[in-house]
Formats: sequence, structure tokens, C-alpha cells
Amino acid sequence: MLAPEMEPNFLRPGHAACPGCGLATGMKLVFQAMGPRTIAVIVPSCEGSIGGVYPITAYGVSTFHSAFEIAAPTAAGIANALKIQGNNDIQVVAFAGDGGTYDIGLQSLSGATKNNEDIIYVCLDNEAYMNTGIQVSSATPSFAWTGTTPKGNPRRKKNIMEIMAAHHNPYSATASIGFPLDLQQKIKKAKSIRGTKFIHMLVPCPTGWRTSSDLAPELSILAVETNVFPLYEIENGTKYTINHQPRRLPVQEYLMKQGRFKHLSEEQIRQIQNEVDEEWNRIQQRL
Amino acid sequence: MKDFMSGNDGVAHAVKLCRTPLIAAYPITPQTSIYERLSSWEASGQLKGIMMRTESEHSAMASCIGASLTGVRTFTATSSQGLALMHEMLHFAAGCRLPIVMANVNRIISAPWGFWADHLDSLSQRDTGWIQFYVENGQEALDTVIQAYRIAEQVYLPVMICLDAFFVSHFVEPLDIPEQEPVDAFLPPLNLPHRLDVDKPGFLVPVVSSENYRHYKHSAQMGMNSVKEIALSVDREFKSKFGRGYGILESILLDDADVVVVTTGSMTSTARLAIAKMREEGKRIGLLKLRMFRPFPVEALQIALAGKKRIVVIDRNFSVGGGGIFCQELKSALIHSSDHPLIFSYIAGIGGTDVTPETIRKIAIEVLEKSEPADEPQWIMSE
Repeated sequence: MLAPEMEPNFLRPGHAACPGCGLATGMKLVFQAMGPRTIAVIVPSCEGSIGGVYPITAYGVSTFHSAFEIAAPTAAGIANALKIQGNNDIQVVAFAGDGGTYDIGLQSLSGATKNNEDIIYVCLDNEAYMNTGIQVSSATPSFAWTGTTPKGNPRRKKNIMEIMAAHHNPYSATASIGFPLDLQQKIKKAKSIRGTKFIHMLVPCPTGWRTSSDLAPELSILAVETNVFPLYEIENGTKYTINHQPRRLPVQEYLMKQGRFKHLSEEQIRQIQNEVDEEWNRIQQRL
Repeated sequence: MKDFMSGNDGVAHAVKLCRTPLIAAYPITPQTSIYERLSSWEASGQLKGIMMRTESEHSAMASCIGASLTGVRTFTATSSQGLALMHEMLHFAAGCRLPIVMANVNRIISAPWGFWADHLDSLSQRDTGWIQFYVENGQEALDTVIQAYRIAEQVYLPVMICLDAFFVSHFVEPLDIPEQEPVDAFLPPLNLPHRLDVDKPGFLVPVVSSENYRHYKHSAQMGMNSVKEIALSVDREFKSKFGRGYGILESILLDDADVVVVTTGSMTSTARLAIAKMREEGKRIGLLKLRMFRPFPVEALQIALAGKKRIVVIDRNFSVGGGGIFCQELKSALIHSSDHPLIFSYIAGIGGTDVTPETIRKIAIEVLEKSEPADEPQWIMSE
């Protein structure tokens, strides 16, 4: 396997993402692992904006910018059409944000997954509606500031991996730009499996998380090492595998680098730590 | 081959004859039997292709859009609430200039709930950029599906075939099912010029400037403007091959008519009967059946209705705060007519209520005797 920087780049220079965008790095890594025999679906989200305005585009593979809530069935329609045409070597990857996955697109993702449509679905989770500013989504973590939760988010983040596991789809995995080789191995593994593959990628957003623009890789690593975002995969909804044994650093180390958590009380930090520990124990029980 | 079947079965037969390899659908009364019939043929192998059983009509249209962009022929069927749920994607399909064909079984739209024939569901989608046909019976539904692919694949615009709930969708009549070979000759395989292709990467549906958007919408209008000629030529060729033609509208006994009744959908058959009877009594009533609604056949209507003094449009739909939608459009089409016809508007058959020959007769006689139309449309209510 080539190092990421050696492989072709299908998210070309000149894209319109904010400086230090974790999502752009994530897409670039996915495209590299997918290779040129790929058709991509993107939906309204930062992916829709960073590609550029006609007639220029940063996307280097055939890409369709579809509507917000339908990344999965759109990709499934393309994948089935390719099968009808006998193009069995071409893979379809759908990108959607957390809003397009956890909220408005959850129904259509569930429908396509129930049918085990042969697509790779990548949720680029920056934990709020970042393309429209910074508004709360059901992927926003507990107590985080957003433009629509000025006193902090009162609700806990939805567990999208468990929702996917409940579909018994062949493959779901979490991935992080802080662990690029693991991320690309997961994409390559997903390519080798027929059916609905789901990749949940945490992508730090310096603009929305209120951090400096050089922190996305570090925060990605810290999210994994604090267990806020463990790296694991689920096969057929039942077989759980941990891909990286975390150092189990205290959550403060991750939270305190971000402006969106600056207002947290000690009690709130303890609660987040409890939630993280509880989730880690739950995954352990499923191994 | 002739067989007794419902309009919905006729539609399903047409989709199979068109060798449509990708169908995406979701159940809704009274469309469901189309979905079931096609599913059974997919399961038995009689229909070569993939049936996508999506979790909503919105996703069904999304899948059709994805597949059509990849270059395969697609079909879906829906009705009422399902069509309303698809609304966003209808704009998308037309905006992408995709030759998707859909059957919409015209059913009332809630609230309140009900299942019966009413045209408001598809008329609420009139501005989405789809070609729309309203058919009179099961045979016309079947034939129009085949014609629709030919039209859609020439002009790259989606087509909606609208058939009345139950009166067309479920009434069983003897239908003529064309043989496969002449349908194959009539409808060549789809060859979409600009499609998703890994060897020629492109970015479909980018963000564009205001100027680009305006240019794009204008070019869509140019495309739509060409539909009338294409639809007429497809219909002529269909008639020469299969013996049945419909035109984009049909004029019945218009030459000497003192009153022209304008209808759409299944009530046209009722009107044919009523008018034949009135002719026997010496009343000079004519009938105009409007088959194509989008694009609205302005010029064809102006020609067909030239010299007419009294026209009455019977609408099985109502735009609350507006009026009967077919009547509004007809008035617009004739606004510059030097004949200055009196145009009367009647609302009948709303919610699937009966439109009998007596209803048509009552309307025609009222129009014959009235000095001028009322500003408000006249509702036909129960006696």
C-alpha cells in the first residue's frame, strides 16, 4: 500500500474549504483509497460547498451533487444502474454530513441499508450544521455550544453506529483523519465487500469547534485516545473489533482545546467522562 | 393480444414492453397494483432488471434520478401523498433533464383523507418541469407509457402519465397489449449522451451563478417548447404501427358547436356519451379533450377553438383561492383571441364524486342559456 501522499488526489488543490478543515482531509483520504473507478454522490453540506462554483470543480472523479436527504438512495440508484450496464468494477461512494446522516437523511439511509444496496456511505461528522453556520444536529455532543444552543447542547449525541448495527449490514466502521492508514484500510476493506458499507468519520471543524486552524489532526488523535471516538468496526451487526487500543486520556485534554466547550463546568466534564466510559464499556461487552 | 385488465395492469405491461431495467417504487393506494405486478414479473424473471423497493416515494425518485444519470431507463409509479412527498425530487429530475417516466394515479390529496379520483395531486406539480399527460382509459394509459419513453428520450425531460384513481386505475376493460417486437422497433435502447462515466469524469449539478441559472432555465423552456412537435410525431408513428393515436388534444364535433365542453381524464368518456345524446336532440354541443397539459398546448387550443363563442371547462380539481386549474390555463391561452369567447368554469367530480352524463348535460345546457359567465367557478354539488 502506498503512503497516502503517494496516491492520486481526487480532491484537487483550490477547493473552497476553510483553512485546516478536517472534512476536506477526510474526503481526500477516502478518494485516494477509492481510486479512479469511482462515482461519488455528495449532498448539501460542506462537501457541496467546497467543490467550487461552476465551471470549476475540485472533484476529480465523476461526482453528482444530489439533494440533502438522499445520499444513500441516489448512490444505490447509480450502483444498480452500473450493475445493469455490466460495470461491476465501478464503486459508488456517498458522502453526507452529520445532518444529512443523523437527521434529515436517516430514513433514506435506513431504507437503502435495509435493502443492503451495494454502496459505501461515508458520514463526515463535524458535529453540527456547519455549512449553514453552526447549528445543533443530533450528532452534536453534550453541552457543546452552537449557534442554536447558546447555553450548550442539552442532549447527548445520537449513537449512529448502533443504529447501523441494528440493520445487520455487512460492514460499519469508525474512522479518523488522525489515523489515515487505518482509515484507508477500512475504505479498501469496504470496497471488497458487497452490500451497504458505512464509515463514520469524525472530522474536526476549526470554524465550528472554535479552534485554531492547525488543530484538526491533533484533535482527531485526541478524540480517539480519550475514547470520545473509539476506532472500531462492526461486521454483520454483531462482530465488533477494536482497531486501536486507546490510551484512555481524560476527556479534558480533548475538550479544553475547543472553544465550543470552553464554558463547561466540572460537573459537565465529569458527565461527559461518564458517558464516554459507559460507551466504551458497552462496546467491550459486545466484543 | 387482447386481454381483460385494469388500467394499472396496462401500465405495468407497457413498462415491461419498454424493457425498463430499473424500477423504484413504494406502495400507495391506488397505485400499488402497478408496483405489485412489476415486482411479480421481476421475481419470475419476466422483467429483466432490478426492482428497488425503497422506503419512500422521495427515495424512489432519488434512485430513479441516480440510475437515469448513469444512463439506464427508469420507471416509478405513485399517487397523491406520495407524489407530494416526491415534490423536491420532481424539480431535481426535470432540472437534470432526465428521461424518467412515472405513472401517477390521480387521487385526492389530504386533508381530509380519501382515496378517490381528483387531479389536484398532479396539478400541484405543474411547475416542476415535467411533461404531463392526462389519459382517458386503460388503453390510453398503456399506450401513453410507451409513447412517453420515446418523447422523454428525445427531449431529455421527464414524463408523468396521469390516470384517474379507480375509474382508470382499477376498471377492467379489454386492452390490446402490443407484441414485443414492434415495441422494440418503436423504442430503441436508451443512449443518454451525458452520463456518469468514470472514463470521462465530470461534476453534475454544481453550484452555478445567477446568470448560469437563468441561462439554464431558459434552455429548459426551449426544450419544453419542442415537446409539442415531438409528441405529435411520436403519436403519429405510434398510430401507424399500433393503430391507435390520441393527439395532444382531441376535437369532437367542434365545427358547428355552439358550446364546447373541455374535459380531461376519464370524464371525457362520460362527456362523449352525453354529447352524442344531445346531438340526437339537435343541440350543437362539441367536446375538446385535453390530453397534454405540460407543455400547455396553447397554439393547438387556439386553432381548435377558433371561432367558438362559448367554452366551458369542467375541472376535477380546485385551487383554493384561485379556481379550476385547467380553466385558468385555458383562459390564459385564449386571452388574445379575436373571437373573445365566453369561458365558463365548472368544478365537478371533486373528491371522486360522480360525473354522470346528466352532469355534463346540465352544465352544457346552463352554458347554452346563460348570458355570460360568472366570475366565480360554478360548483356541481349533490342534488
